[in-house]
Amino acid sequence: MKSSKDIAELINEPACEHNKKSKSGCAKPKPGASAGGCAFDGAQIALLPIVDVAHIVHGPIACAGSSWDNRGTRSSGPDLYRRGLTTDLTEQDIIMGRSEKRLFHSIKQAVESFNPPAVFIYNTCVPALIGDDIEAVCKAAGERFGVPVVPVDSAGFYGTKNMGNRIAGDAMVRHVVGTREPDPLPPGVAPEGIRVHDVNLIGEYNIAGEFWHVLPLLDELGLRVLCTLSGDARFREVQTMHRAEVNMMVCSKAMLNVARKLEQSFGTPWFEGSFYGITDTSQALRDFARIIGDADLAARTETLIAREEARIHAALEPWRERLKGRRVLLNTGGVKSWSVVSALQDLGMAVVATGTKKSTEEDKARIRELMGEDALMLDDVSPKRLLQVVKDYRCDILIAGGRNLYTALKARLPFLDINQEREFGYAGYQGMLELVRQLALTIESPVWEAVRAPAPWRPAPPVRDPAAKPGTRPVETVVSLGVAAHG
Amino acid sequence: MVEIVRRHKALSVNPLKASQPVGGSLATLGFDKAIPMLHGSQGCTAFAKVFFVRHFREPIPLQSTAMDQGSSVMGADDNVIEGLRTIAEKSSPRLITVLTTGLSETQGVDVKRCVREFRAKYPQYGHVAVVAVNTPDFTGCLETGYAATVTEIIAELVPEAETAGTRPGTRKRQVNVLAGSCLTPGDLEQLRALIEAFDLRPVFLPDVSDSLDGHLTDDDFSPVTVGGTPCSEILTLGEAAATLVIGASLRKAGELLRERTGVPSHHFDHLLGLAATDRLIATLADIGGRKVPERIERQRAQLQDAMVDTHFMLGFLRVAIAGDPDLLNACAHLIREMGGEVVTAVAAGQGPALERMPVEAVKIGDLEDLELMARQHRAELLIGNSHAVQSAERLGLPILRCGFPLYDVVGGYQKTFIGYAGGRQTLFDIANLVLANHHAHEVPVYRSPLSQKPASEATDYPMENPAHGAHATPAHH
Repeated sequence: MKSSKDIAELINEPACEHNKKSKSGCAKPKPGASAGGCAFDGAQIALLPIVDVAHIVHGPIACAGSSWDNRGTRSSGPDLYRRGLTTDLTEQDIIMGRSEKRLFHSIKQAVESFNPPAVFIYNTCVPALIGDDIEAVCKAAGERFGVPVVPVDSAGFYGTKNMGNRIAGDAMVRHVVGTREPDPLPPGVAPEGIRVHDVNLIGEYNIAGEFWHVLPLLDELGLRVLCTLSGDARFREVQTMHRAEVNMMVCSKAMLNVARKLEQSFGTPWFEGSFYGITDTSQALRDFARIIGDADLAARTETLIAREEARIHAALEPWRERLKGRRVLLNTGGVKSWSVVSALQDLGMAVVATGTKKSTEEDKARIRELMGEDALMLDDVSPKRLLQVVKDYRCDILIAGGRNLYTALKARLPFLDINQEREFGYAGYQGMLELVRQLALTIESPVWEAVRAPAPWRPAPPVRDPAAKPGTRPVETVVSLGVAAHG
Repeated sequence: MVEIVRRHKALSVNPLKASQPVGGSLATLGFDKAIPMLHGSQGCTAFAKVFFVRHFREPIPLQSTAMDQGSSVMGADDNVIEGLRTIAEKSSPRLITVLTTGLSETQGVDVKRCVREFRAKYPQYGHVAVVAVNTPDFTGCLETGYAATVTEIIAELVPEAETAGTRPGTRKRQVNVLAGSCLTPGDLEQLRALIEAFDLRPVFLPDVSDSLDGHLTDDDFSPVTVGGTPCSEILTLGEAAATLVIGASLRKAGELLRERTGVPSHHFDHLLGLAATDRLIATLADIGGRKVPERIERQRAQLQDAMVDTHFMLGFLRVAIAGDPDLLNACAHLIREMGGEVVTAVAAGQGPALERMPVEAVKIGDLEDLELMARQHRAELLIGNSHAVQSAERLGLPILRCGFPLYDVVGGYQKTFIGYAGGRQTLFDIANLVLANHHAHEVPVYRSPLSQKPASEATDYPMENPAHGAHATPAHH
């Protein structure tokens, strides 16, 4: 189990804007009114996309049993990450103190069965509480089996999912990064006459393979991605992260500690960016060039941006007409709260409110920049409040994580899933095409009218909610939402 | 206005169409103690029999006039008369249909006259109903043969109200149902349950759910159908409160029945999906004078929930459908109701439903047409019979099995598509097919030539489409 000093250290993240607020650090979950995941969840989510590693969850079945193979992150190679590996501790293990032994044997079995380049051990509440020394077990097992065994001490009670992300990042920096030098660039693979620069992406998870929309562009520019932490990553890539010229924090404040520590230890500059939306994608590419400071790269970047923007704008034109003026309630957290806003605004859609549960102060500043000073920010919204906002602000669509999916659907409301369980890739220029398709698919679906209309043998319910705020929405939406309220 | 594109090629490749005699046989098999006799060569019957046996996995009573070379040239009227006598004598049926084939129609048989001669020659079989139908296989398809047979059975066996002294509504709770060929035995069971939920008594005409639903019986063999609409019920049709006509193909049969009996009829093109089922339920509530039962309200709400849940998979889904007109029309409406696109519609033959399809054009054609058009229009899902499976495989697309014949699955005949419950299951089935095959919108794997991933991965994990990576050019051009 981590000491409270360790935990306090993880909570204190100097690079995070939250630290400067009076109530410093990440908010404590509130008993009886919390919905997010735990630290284990966060740690596993952050590292599971390292696809060739054997990820062993050390704990009783609830931890891995309910969470394995649950994310849409994709691999271009090995699929070991998709196997659910857990010590599945039993009552006897816990009472008799046999869980460390079981862990040791589990590592042996994983190494023998899968021959992985490394094994990650996720500690969970029960073994943390009974005092398993997983660091020692990992060390012993690593020596015995000749494979790096990395402890990720991530008991759920340490904190929130966000906290778990940090724990994961911390484990990588402490145990993995810097243990190998990057491969020399093989001759002939780089575009001719171009100087290749090494970069890292932190917090890019390759959900639904969406990073493959972006990676070809980086290749074209001669930006070698040493590692994405952690989408479609390999253990050997994580080992070399210390040699990047620049780190990009992609859509996640949670692993900010990785960027900060790499800056401290290796002097690597970093920037924050997003690949959601045209504006942000172009900005991210420019930021790479700017920080690397290669004039040729900067010029080529501008050429590429001009080409890609022209291409995607043309492709989006027919969709823009269909989506223009539609009103969106965005309820996601963190960086996505603003990065997706700009993507939607690129399409001419009106974002009426955005969720800011996991957003930092800086995220919120960006939101104000994008949406204006009186932007409606929803901090920690219950489904009921969410639907009220939808009604009050006459939203055409709710964009949120999968958890809110069925809230929206039960309320007969178009919905777009933006979180990691989704099946479609929205990143990069190309991803915008999939995004508009999915937006139009749900907004224009005839099922809404079909499920809002009363059965033919029932009288039409009266239109409720006449006092709702005046909006720019056409009347039919108001009526249909009124009907929805009766359902 | 739907453009109906006719056949323009000489060769039919992978036929979609099943013949009129097959349709006529199917209609006949929905009556109790019935047997169809195909007036043609033995092969006409044998193929039809195999067709049904594979689809229903049941023994199928089907007879033949067994025309040979001699009778084909010199006249085969005796084959009909003697065939009828033999069946009447040996199998004690209540109903025999005499269905013509391409062979006997080309020969020029007047099959109605043959039946009259049989009546005159063998009056001892007067209690056996005999209905002759013109069902040459050189025109129409299963659906038209079925409709023609239902129409002829009404024409022959339902008496005029005046002669019979029947009055509409004498049986206040009886509802006649002219059940189209697009309804499976499972559909009919569902429809029966819905009608009975309003305290109404349905009389199906015909009722394959009672004869071809696949149930074990006490008798180990019967030369005629076991179950189906009893012929005695046909006489009660004129006393019903209302008639439901399911399938545009039965419109003519429905009109004839109304003319004969005066019983008001309600026409439904199909019963697939929310809107169509809503109309059915509202009509039943009206006829039955009953409130819509809670259970049905719940099923409706379940279907609506399924619509909402599955619209992510069915929305914008590009679907290619092949089938007989009524079924094609029904499926197309369901897909449209869900926000999907019917990018290809191929009909086995002409039918009144085609003009009412929610598409710009319907091709009358075969499964090669389906395959080529589905490829051309980038379909993402096929709907068709078991013969369309090979097309689906070549296209790499999932297929929802539907129609005739379904020989590569067990229990296909029992699948329920109609009503709230059937519609819900159909949506789930389609959505699951999409989920299991959603490569279409998947981001293709890309491998960076610059990356440090082990070189062995290129051979260890071969990509399905190597065009997507392994070189340093931008992926989108």
